[in-house]
Amino acid sequence: MDSLLNRNRPSVFCPGCSHDKVLHVLDQALTSMEFVGEEVAIVTDIGCSGLFDTFFNTHAFHGLHGRALTYATGIKMARPELKVIVTMGDGGLGIGGAHVLSTCRRNIDLTLLVLNNFNYGMTGGQCSSTTPQDAQVGSGFLNKLEKPMDICQVAVAAGAGYVSRASTYDKGLVETLKEAVVFDGFSLVDIWGICPGRYTRRNKITPKSIEADLKQLPELDDFKTLNSRMEYGRAYRQEAARQKAPSDPVHIEATCTPPQTGRSEIVVLGSAGQRIITAGELLCLAGAAAGCHATQKNDYPITVMRGHSVSEIILSDIEIEYSGIENPSIVIALAAEGVNRRKKMLADLSSEMLVIKAVGVELPPCQATITEIDFKAKKIKPQECALAALAVLAWQNKVLTMDMLKAALKLRFKTAVYEMALAVAKKVVV
Amino acid sequence: MTLTLMEGNEAIGWGAATAGCKFFAGYPITPATTIYNTMLKLLPPKGGICLQGEDEIASIGFCLGAAMAGMKTMTATSGPGISLYSEQISFAIGSEIPIVIVDVQRLGPSTGSATKGADGDIQFLQWGSSSGLPVIVLAPVDVKDCYVLTMQAFNLAEQYRCPVFVAANKEISMTRETVDLEQLDLPPIVQRRTADPTVPFLPFGVRDNQRVPDFLAIGGDRLVRETSSTHGTDGYITTDPEQIAMMQERLDAKLNKAVSEFTYFDEFNVSNADTLVIAYGVTARAAKAAARKLQQSEKSASVLILKTLWPVPEALIREKAAPYKRVVMAEMNLGQYVRELQRLLPDKKIDFLGQMNGELIKPRQIMEVIQNG
Repeated sequence: MDSLLNRNRPSVFCPGCSHDKVLHVLDQALTSMEFVGEEVAIVTDIGCSGLFDTFFNTHAFHGLHGRALTYATGIKMARPELKVIVTMGDGGLGIGGAHVLSTCRRNIDLTLLVLNNFNYGMTGGQCSSTTPQDAQVGSGFLNKLEKPMDICQVAVAAGAGYVSRASTYDKGLVETLKEAVVFDGFSLVDIWGICPGRYTRRNKITPKSIEADLKQLPELDDFKTLNSRMEYGRAYRQEAARQKAPSDPVHIEATCTPPQTGRSEIVVLGSAGQRIITAGELLCLAGAAAGCHATQKNDYPITVMRGHSVSEIILSDIEIEYSGIENPSIVIALAAEGVNRRKKMLADLSSEMLVIKAVGVELPPCQATITEIDFKAKKIKPQECALAALAVLAWQNKVLTMDMLKAALKLRFKTAVYEMALAVAKKVVV
Repeated sequence: MTLTLMEGNEAIGWGAATAGCKFFAGYPITPATTIYNTMLKLLPPKGGICLQGEDEIASIGFCLGAAMAGMKTMTATSGPGISLYSEQISFAIGSEIPIVIVDVQRLGPSTGSATKGADGDIQFLQWGSSSGLPVIVLAPVDVKDCYVLTMQAFNLAEQYRCPVFVAANKEISMTRETVDLEQLDLPPIVQRRTADPTVPFLPFGVRDNQRVPDFLAIGGDRLVRETSSTHGTDGYITTDPEQIAMMQERLDAKLNKAVSEFTYFDEFNVSNADTLVIAYGVTARAAKAAARKLQQSEKSASVLILKTLWPVPEALIREKAAPYKRVVMAEMNLGQYVRELQRLLPDKKIDFLGQMNGELIKPRQIMEVIQNG
C-alpha cells in the first residue's frame, strides 16, 4: 500500500500549516512499515490536530479535548494487537496533563504525537502550556506570566520509555516517527511547527528558528535506561494470570433453629479496633445459618483506626423491608465513642430492651435492662469484647443460639481463629 | 433455600460479571469503592481488565475506548465523580457507546458527606449532559436488585448502545444483606447487534425499522469510525441540518419510544386503598413497610415501586395511579422525581415527603403522610 490517507477526504489544514506536513510524514512512516488500515487506530481530541483521524483510512476515534490518551488506553487494553497512534496539540497537552503523566508512568504501547504550535489555533490563538513568555497571542498579557512547559522533560520525569523532540521540518522526522511507533511501550514525540493561521501573524517563527530553539533545550539524559521496563499491557496480562480465581459467593445452609420469630434489631456501639463490624457480620452469618434474613449497616469515620464504630444489624425470619433501626431489642455498648453517636437512641430505650455494657462505659439515663460485664476481669482483650458480648447473648438464647454463633464463626474464620473465638465465648458462660 | 451475605456493591459487581462485563475502570470514592474492589477480584483472573484511572475522566474514558473496541464495560462512582464524567457521558449518548455507569449516591451537594446516603442525583443523571437527550436510569431497591438490575443495565446498554445508569444509594450499596442467589430471576444475556458483513458498513447507519445502529468493533477487520462531533451516518462531521435533525430525533426516539420495553417496577396492592405511595430506591422499602402496617386501617395505601426512572415510564405511572385519588411521593431529596408525577398526574392530589439529612426516611414518617392526607 502506498498510502493510508483517505483519497476522498484530502486534508483541509491552512496553507503552510505544519500539521499538514506531519500528516504526510506519519502516513509515510506507517506505509513504509507496511501497516494496513485495519491494523491501526488513530485517536484524536479537539483542535486542529483533532482532524487527523478523518484524513486516514484506518480505525478512528475522535473524542473530547485532552482525553485522547484515555480512549487510546482502553482501546489498546482491549485490542493489544492494534497499533494505536494518538495526536494531540499543545492545547490537549495542557488540559489533559494528568493523562499524559499517567500514560508515561504506565508505559502502555501507544504513540503520542504532540503537534506543538504554541497556541490554540482553533479558538483564536490563545496561549497554551507551551507558549513562550515573549510571544504575542490572543490571551493579552497572560502568557507573560506563565512559564512554558518542556513536555519532553516532564515525560522523562514521569517515566516515559521513548521521548523525542523534533521539528516538523526535520528531514529525519519519518525515521523518528517509525522509531516511536515501533517502540514497545509509551512513546512521545514533541513535534514543533508553525501555525500560519494564528501564531505567525504576530510572532516571527521559521523552520530555522525552531531548529535553533530546539538545540538550546537541555539534553534528555539517560532516561532510556532509567525508564526501560516491560510494556504495561503485557505486564498487566502477566500479573492478571497470576491472580487467584475469585471464590464464588458463599451459600449458607440453614442448619440451626433461631431462638425466636419476628424482627430483631441489634446495635453494637464501640470504637475503632474493637472488631465491631466483624461482630455485626458474625450476627448476620449466625442469622443466615438459622435461615433468617439479615442486614448490616455500619457507621465509622474515615479515620479507620480512631473514633467510633457502630454496627446496626437486623435479623428476621421474613424478608427485611425497612433496613433502618426503629426499635432495637439489644444494644451492646463497648466504648464511649460509639455510645456518643447513639445517645438519643439509648435515651429512648424502653424497659424490655437489653443493654450489654462493658464496665466503665457510661450510658445516658435510660429505661433499658442493663447487664454489665467486666471483660477485663474475665481476661478478655478489648478486640474480643464484641465477640464475647455475642456469646453472652448466645448462652442466653437471645437473638442467637450457641449453635448459630458456632456456625457463624466457622463460616467466617479458619480453624485456628475459630478455636480462639470459641475459647473467648467460653469465658462468658452464664 | 441458601442465603448469601453480600453488600449491594458486591452484588453489582457479580451482576456485572454475570452479564459479561469484561472491562471496568474506576477511581476510588466512597461509597462506590467496593464495586471497584469487587471488579478487581473478579475480572483480571478471568482474562478481563480492571483499571484504576488517574481521575474519573480517565476512568470513564478508558471504558469508552474499550467499549468501542468491543468489550462490555462498567464504571462506578458517586455524585462528585458523575460531575466529572459529565462531558464523557454526553459523548457516550451522542456517539452511541454502550456503557454501564453506577452512581452510588451520597449526600451532596459537592463533596458533601462521603458516608451518608441520598437520592440527590436523580434529576442530575438525566439532565447532566449537554444535549437533553434521554438516558436510561435504573434504581435498585435492595441487594437482589443490585444484582439483577445491573445485568439489565448491561443488556440495555448493548441493545440501545447508550449509557445506562444504575442509581444506587450508599444505603443499599454499603449495606450487607442476605440474598438467595439461586432464587434470582436472571435475564437472558443480550449482545450488541453486529453489522451485516455483506453490506458496506456505516458506523451510524440504521437498518429499516431500527433505531439503533449495528456495531462493529474498533480493531476488527472492517474499519470503524467513532466521533464526538456531530456526525452523519458515515461517522464524519456534518453540517447538514437534515442529517443533524435525523440523528438527534433518532437518539431521542430510540429510548423515549422504547421505554415500555424496559419499564421495571414492583407493587404492593392494598384493596380499597385511596392513596398510592410512589417510591424508588431504598425509600421504597420504608414505603412498603408503612403500607403493610396500615393494611388493615381505614386510611390504607398501595405502593408503586419504580425501578426504571428514566426515561420516565409515563404509561405505567398513569395507569397505576388511575384508581387512586391521592398520590404520595417519598424520596431522599427535597423534591426531584415528584416533579415528574406533578407533570403526569395533574388531576391527582400529590403529597410529597422528602428528606435530605443523611438518614433513611422511616416507615413512620410515610405512615403519617398517608394517614394525614
